[in-house]
Amino acid sequence: MTTTTSGAAFAGHARPATASASALRPRLGGVTAERIFIGRSFVHSVRDVESMLMAVMLPVMLMLMFTWIFGNAIDPSGGYVDYVVPGIILLCAGFGASSTAVSVSRDMTTGVIDRFRTMPLRSGAVLTGHVVASLARNLVATAVVICVGLLVGFRPSATPLDWVGAFAIIALYILAITYLFAAIGLAAQTPEAASGYGFILLFLPYVSSAFVPVSTMPDWLQPIAENQPITPVIETIRALLTDAPLGQEAWWAVGWCVAIIAGAALWGAWLFRRKAGRR
Amino acid sequence: MHLAIDARGIRKRFGRTDVLAGLDLAVRAGTIFALLGPNGSGKTTTINILTTLVQPDEGSVLVAGHDVATAPEEVKRRISLTGQAAAVDEVLSGAENLVMFGRLSGLSTRDARRRADELLLRFDLAEAGSRRVGTYSGGMRRRLDLALSLVVEVPVIFLDEPTTGLDTRSRQELWRVIRSLADGGATVFLTTQYLEEADLLADRIAVLDHGRIVAEGTADELKALVGGEVVELRDGEGVLLVELPTDGSVHGLRRAVEEIDRQAAAGTDGATVSIRRPSLDDVFLQITGRDVAPELQESR
Repeated sequence: MTTTTSGAAFAGHARPATASASALRPRLGGVTAERIFIGRSFVHSVRDVESMLMAVMLPVMLMLMFTWIFGNAIDPSGGYVDYVVPGIILLCAGFGASSTAVSVSRDMTTGVIDRFRTMPLRSGAVLTGHVVASLARNLVATAVVICVGLLVGFRPSATPLDWVGAFAIIALYILAITYLFAAIGLAAQTPEAASGYGFILLFLPYVSSAFVPVSTMPDWLQPIAENQPITPVIETIRALLTDAPLGQEAWWAVGWCVAIIAGAALWGAWLFRRKAGRR
Repeated sequence: MHLAIDARGIRKRFGRTDVLAGLDLAVRAGTIFALLGPNGSGKTTTINILTTLVQPDEGSVLVAGHDVATAPEEVKRRISLTGQAAAVDEVLSGAENLVMFGRLSGLSTRDARRRADELLLRFDLAEAGSRRVGTYSGGMRRRLDLALSLVVEVPVIFLDEPTTGLDTRSRQELWRVIRSLADGGATVFLTTQYLEEADLLADRIAVLDHGRIVAEGTADELKALVGGEVVELRDGEGVLLVELPTDGSVHGLRRAVEEIDRQAAAGTDGATVSIRRPSLDDVFLQITGRDVAPELQESR
């Protein structure tokens, strides 16, 4: 670039130089910052080919694998698909939400969040953006799981109200695990570490009633599987979509999710404040 | 005298380390002020405090007339920060980054787009504007980084080591932009470890060492601290053997030459003596008793 072209661009600026130097940023009102950051995270989701594949391909692959490869071995009567759909929904939601940890950590390490902090807006809104994008991504993944399930023989007996309830509990679970991943992203020193820490959470569905009944597990494992948060969530979804009895599980599911959201939000808020100005 | 930055007695500890041990800064509005110091001297902590990111343990800080402790939102309306790492969104394009920051700065989407186009042109990024920032070179990233800070032309601009890691050409381009900001009436506060940068750009320079300002003044005032000419002895390959400051008098010069002679280094094959004006390196050496970090020497 030559000095003349840039000089011309500078001189062509509408306002006189002295006046422009005293421009102030207005405070952003309402949820403007949230709206902008949600838009940003949506663009990130769509452009991140890996996480998009994860969100769409993984449900398809897992659904087909569990029904066609494992399904007949686990339940030769062919009814396994009805049992496994809730488990695959949660498994996919876990994978889908795990990219939140990486996105948040990347924002922290590049310093872009510190830049938002020096502007007159709620900088925490950038996290809201990541969480809302994750929720949207994973609801799409859930819809894909259910559609593929229906294609391979899933026959839910849910009423419209049951469907609403099932999606509500799934959304709550997605929020809980996303908040947790966001907090992990804040805690991790690098995006790679964030991805590593998050990985362990992805195994939780296997040690629950997601894929096989807890009663078939070794005795020592049963109390763990029975009392970890995934099991009541799975049982609640299963009860709503099929004819299984609902019982107390729904309360446990909601309680666990709310507790995880509250805990992760507090931890995250503390980390977010503490890490200001540090990379 | 109108001060854009008025900081008194800033102290900051991290754990057991005094990162800032009683810092005073007074920066006149509309000037370029350089905070010069080696790595670890507390430059970034100072910027973080001035830009509301970090609270000082002690001391008062007014930026653009507002207290960072009691009115951080008012300060934030009047400042912009370009941090050390290019804090840009790699997934978005250059134009999208600018539009996002424009909207976050309160511009309507249409105004933000128009402003983005102006800045892309001004920072020679018009052609790359629609490309993702992930594909940008280091220099382009830095230019975008600076452009993001200028979406709204706020009165006080903070630049933390703006040219670190840039090649000479990109560095000179950035210097030109920084000067144009001050010409437009903005106050520019920058940190640097490049003596040359402080020398060329800044109206005033403060030298930071171990969390204290050890010298402050114009580049000429600081150089005058060293005194007169510096006598150097270099061997045949141009490697510096001896360097002695003088008081500028004939007598002082003779004494320096005799001193060199006495150190017998002059006996080295092909060694030559030369006399030069003192540089800010000499100032740093004189004030702190230490040489600046080796990497700084390479920058000259």
